[in-house]
Amino acid sequence: MVLFVIFCPIVAAIVIMAGAPARKTALVASVLAFAAVLFLLVSFDRGHHGFQYVTSFTISPEWHLGFTTGIDALSLIMLLLATIVTLAAVWFTGTVEKYENAFYACLLFISAGTIGAFASIDLFFFYAFHELALIPTFLLIGIWGSGNRVAAAWKITIYLAIGSFILLLGLILLYQSFPASSRSFDIRALTAAAGLGEITAEAQHHVYLLLLIGFGILISLFPFHTWAPEAYASAPAPAAMLHAGVLKKFGLYGLLRLALPLVPEGARYWTNLLVVLLVGNIIYVGLVTIAQKRLDRMLGYSSVMHMGYIFLGVASATILSATGAVVLMFAHGLSIALLFALAGELRNRTGTLAFDELGGLAKVMPFAGLAFGFGVFAAIGLPGLANFAGELMIFFGAFKNGWEMEHFHIFQIATMLALWGVVISTVYMLRAYRRTFMGALNERWKEIVDVRFSLRIPIALLIGALLCYGFFPQSFVQILAPSFRTYLVAGKR
Amino acid sequence: MNSTLPWIILLVPLASAISITLFTLRSKTVSCFISVAAVLVSFACSCLIFTQSDIAAAEFTWIDIGGAFKVPIGFTLDQLSKTMLLVVSGVGAIIHIYSLGYMRDDEGKSRYFAALSLFMFAMLGIVLANNFVMLFIFWELVGFTSYVLIGHWFFRNAAANAGNKAFITTRIGDFGFMIGILMVWMATGSILFSEVGPRMALLASHPAFLTVTALLIFCGAVGKSAQVPLHVWLPDAMEGPTPISALIHAATMVAAGVYMLVRVAFVIQASQTALLVVAWIGAITAAMAALIATQQNDIKRILAYSTLSQLGYMMMAVGLASNNAAMFHLFTHAFFKALLFLGAGSVIVMLHHEQDIWKMGGLRRTLPITFVTFVIGALALIGCPPFSGFFSKDAILALAYERNMAIFIVGLITALLTAFYVVRLLVIVFFGNARSEAARESRESPFVMTGPLILLAVLALVGGFGFFARNFLALPIEKEATSLVQGVALVALIVGSGLAIVIYRNRTSEPIDVEVLRHKFYFDEFYTWLINWTQELLARVFAFFDRWIIDTAAVDGSSRGTWGLGALLRLIQVGNLQAYLFLFGLGVIAVIYFAVFR
Repeated sequence: MVLFVIFCPIVAAIVIMAGAPARKTALVASVLAFAAVLFLLVSFDRGHHGFQYVTSFTISPEWHLGFTTGIDALSLIMLLLATIVTLAAVWFTGTVEKYENAFYACLLFISAGTIGAFASIDLFFFYAFHELALIPTFLLIGIWGSGNRVAAAWKITIYLAIGSFILLLGLILLYQSFPASSRSFDIRALTAAAGLGEITAEAQHHVYLLLLIGFGILISLFPFHTWAPEAYASAPAPAAMLHAGVLKKFGLYGLLRLALPLVPEGARYWTNLLVVLLVGNIIYVGLVTIAQKRLDRMLGYSSVMHMGYIFLGVASATILSATGAVVLMFAHGLSIALLFALAGELRNRTGTLAFDELGGLAKVMPFAGLAFGFGVFAAIGLPGLANFAGELMIFFGAFKNGWEMEHFHIFQIATMLALWGVVISTVYMLRAYRRTFMGALNERWKEIVDVRFSLRIPIALLIGALLCYGFFPQSFVQILAPSFRTYLVAGKR
Repeated sequence: MNSTLPWIILLVPLASAISITLFTLRSKTVSCFISVAAVLVSFACSCLIFTQSDIAAAEFTWIDIGGAFKVPIGFTLDQLSKTMLLVVSGVGAIIHIYSLGYMRDDEGKSRYFAALSLFMFAMLGIVLANNFVMLFIFWELVGFTSYVLIGHWFFRNAAANAGNKAFITTRIGDFGFMIGILMVWMATGSILFSEVGPRMALLASHPAFLTVTALLIFCGAVGKSAQVPLHVWLPDAMEGPTPISALIHAATMVAAGVYMLVRVAFVIQASQTALLVVAWIGAITAAMAALIATQQNDIKRILAYSTLSQLGYMMMAVGLASNNAAMFHLFTHAFFKALLFLGAGSVIVMLHHEQDIWKMGGLRRTLPITFVTFVIGALALIGCPPFSGFFSKDAILALAYERNMAIFIVGLITALLTAFYVVRLLVIVFFGNARSEAARESRESPFVMTGPLILLAVLALVGGFGFFARNFLALPIEKEATSLVQGVALVALIVGSGLAIVIYRNRTSEPIDVEVLRHKFYFDEFYTWLINWTQELLARVFAFFDRWIIDTAAVDGSSRGTWGLGALLRLIQVGNLQAYLFLFGLGVIAVIYFAVFR
């Protein structure tokens, strides 16, 4: 089943390149993948906390290298996110002016790459699948982007290639730092070995730093974030949806999947650095977001800022905060995809996303206004939408970290700054909403029509998922928390 | 059946909001029918629950991390919440019905009623909450519905701005509130009211911590109940439709801050310092808002400042450690203030959305029912015996007299000012001659609007009497000092209203001009200045830094400068897939090399 989810988009992409009708094939493939993940979600054994649905093709028994896939709670949730956003992105694509087939194939390759990375239990394929997803992202921006697309494509290519390279160095170093007898590409075997303390503390420090920077660049950790707003502003909406919504989560997934269980001592050693950087994400980038004058750049910066909250959950490394981080990864992926999709629709109609030229659009586009409102309020953590559940767990988990009565330490201060960040994001999100959809309608936009009916279905899917897990976060929490229990502690005092 | 009653009360309005949004946005009649039916069901169930003593409702687990952290959606059903349920759903029902008339021809009627139902859901959730996080969840949701309803006429710039201001300002309060909740959780290990209360004793040895925690929780109430210094959003919120001002920004949501403090009184009352701060914030708000109200010319803004002022009285009572007095005033205020707003709405609608009191005048002849009911509300507001406000305000003043003389004096001055600005309003709007065409040609509102006025007027009349109120609340105990306090308060009342009559009788324009009051003590100007010089300045500096230092200089510069990296970049800048794939292939080879040969 997991293999089907991975290969469904790949096969579809190949068929499309061979000349099959692009949109139909892509839609069918993404619906099938989504349905398969729903099936996995239902049939997932909630009492079992390791990997399930494991299939393995050994490539080299000597090196313990093999194409091994499977899912645990974390992977399952990421697969759900990936297939929902893929479906929405494909649905939102519509007709493409040039090289339509290639466009759809690129989207499906991104999807397959992220799904493959999330479902790989093998270190090599974990990395390789991510690379598979990155390349079509560059192409999408470079070929089909808008504005200064070539410069943006180069920048993101260079930046993320460097990130991947540093990550690769980190992974190699990680592999090496195991004693020869327990070296393996199997993440399960590595986790077990690391649990026995087979990596020296010093090696862990080096490995974690490389992983943090490598993954950090991919996630747009401050100060490695400047590629993101530019790339998202130039990218076609479906590419921005897939990258900001799903592909960017690969780095966070990697930190949770590899860094925390394999090099916990390294994580502890660099905690303070990470906390300082993530506060940079939240406060510094948050303030930069306030100063933005265009909707697409504002959304790009806001997605960078919100990574700070997920980093806070990762840095705090307790069961509560890590669970919150995963819920927020899921929720943020959906909400940012929703916002980018609608911003793309706006751009199609108005040709501009500068705040000064917009305004009052809810009058002519009531549905878009409502849907964008959901995205805005999801992003600023309104209860009832899944983002709030994630943020809440992160705040509680992080605030507890290192708590001492009447003394505030780094995590308490960071949590309070993160809470102030909620105010900051309220400011920029509501301002943007105000300047785009509310107020007096500009005469130029009198004739604009609302989002057409067929496009309301993917929007409803995104909002529905946000609401579903906002009201019932427990359905994630009950499978996530036990699986984190194997390598995280309940709380640190 | 019993155990599902609270769930019905809570979920029926939610179901109404959802079904209107999904299905009936186009058919306005169906939408308002659904919404009114939902609130009536909630009200009926609230009445049922009120008569029953032992109700245990099942909990729903929202989040549970295996013991370490658990957030249930569960209910507190005591006298306090039962009474509050009645007030919220009762006043809510009346205002739903009134809205049928007020919003009759509105384009966004379905949206309005959907948001109204969502508000009922959220507000009832606050009332029923049995833990801090659940309270916070619904607390945020009422803020959201308030935002939506203030901005109901979103195409008007003033309304759109007011919505943002309200939401952002209350979020600043919630920033403190959330930290307070976190601190309570850390200190006691629980978020359930029933568990935190008994464990407060653990904190006795940490007085400073306790005070800070209590004040942080109070921050939430400062934002939501619009106390100084976060009061600035409430007057602007009057941009929303008038029934909303009555329900959300007078009777229920803004009083939620007071309700919350009463609910968690075990935290607030544990610290004397915190109590003193609460009392003084309340007193300052009460006096300041009353002062500002004397110089306003917009009928709704006058009422908004009077709401601030009355909320200040309630905070004063909370700060004087009397939950009973605070709740008593909340109870009576809900009726007479909703009445006043609805009366004002009746005036506004009949004068074709004229809100300037100097364009009214003589309305007692053309709007007789509105006039009589408005006067009843006004007399209750200024605390004239035997109207409801007299009893509840008197209870607070007596309390202040007993416990803190300075606050008593502020409260007394506020009472005088209240009488002054309310009578000023009455004289200008209802007496004298009509000062505009609209006022001359006005007629009485339809029954769907006057009916609710009459109902509320009856409640405002009897709400304060012991025989009535005792059924709902534990009344503050009457003390001997009361007669003295009553006498002084009456003198203040007579002086205030007498002055107003003398000054404003037969005037056609404002004879007094106090600039500092007309500018509301320059709070808005000061905040604009403050935000410009902190947040906006930082935002601009950081944006510049981000663009020209981090992005251009550091990223591009360093990458161009480094030879090794430069070579790598040239490889990629060939710009084609092969080059990148080559790089990727190198990576793969490197992995295999290390794996095999090391």
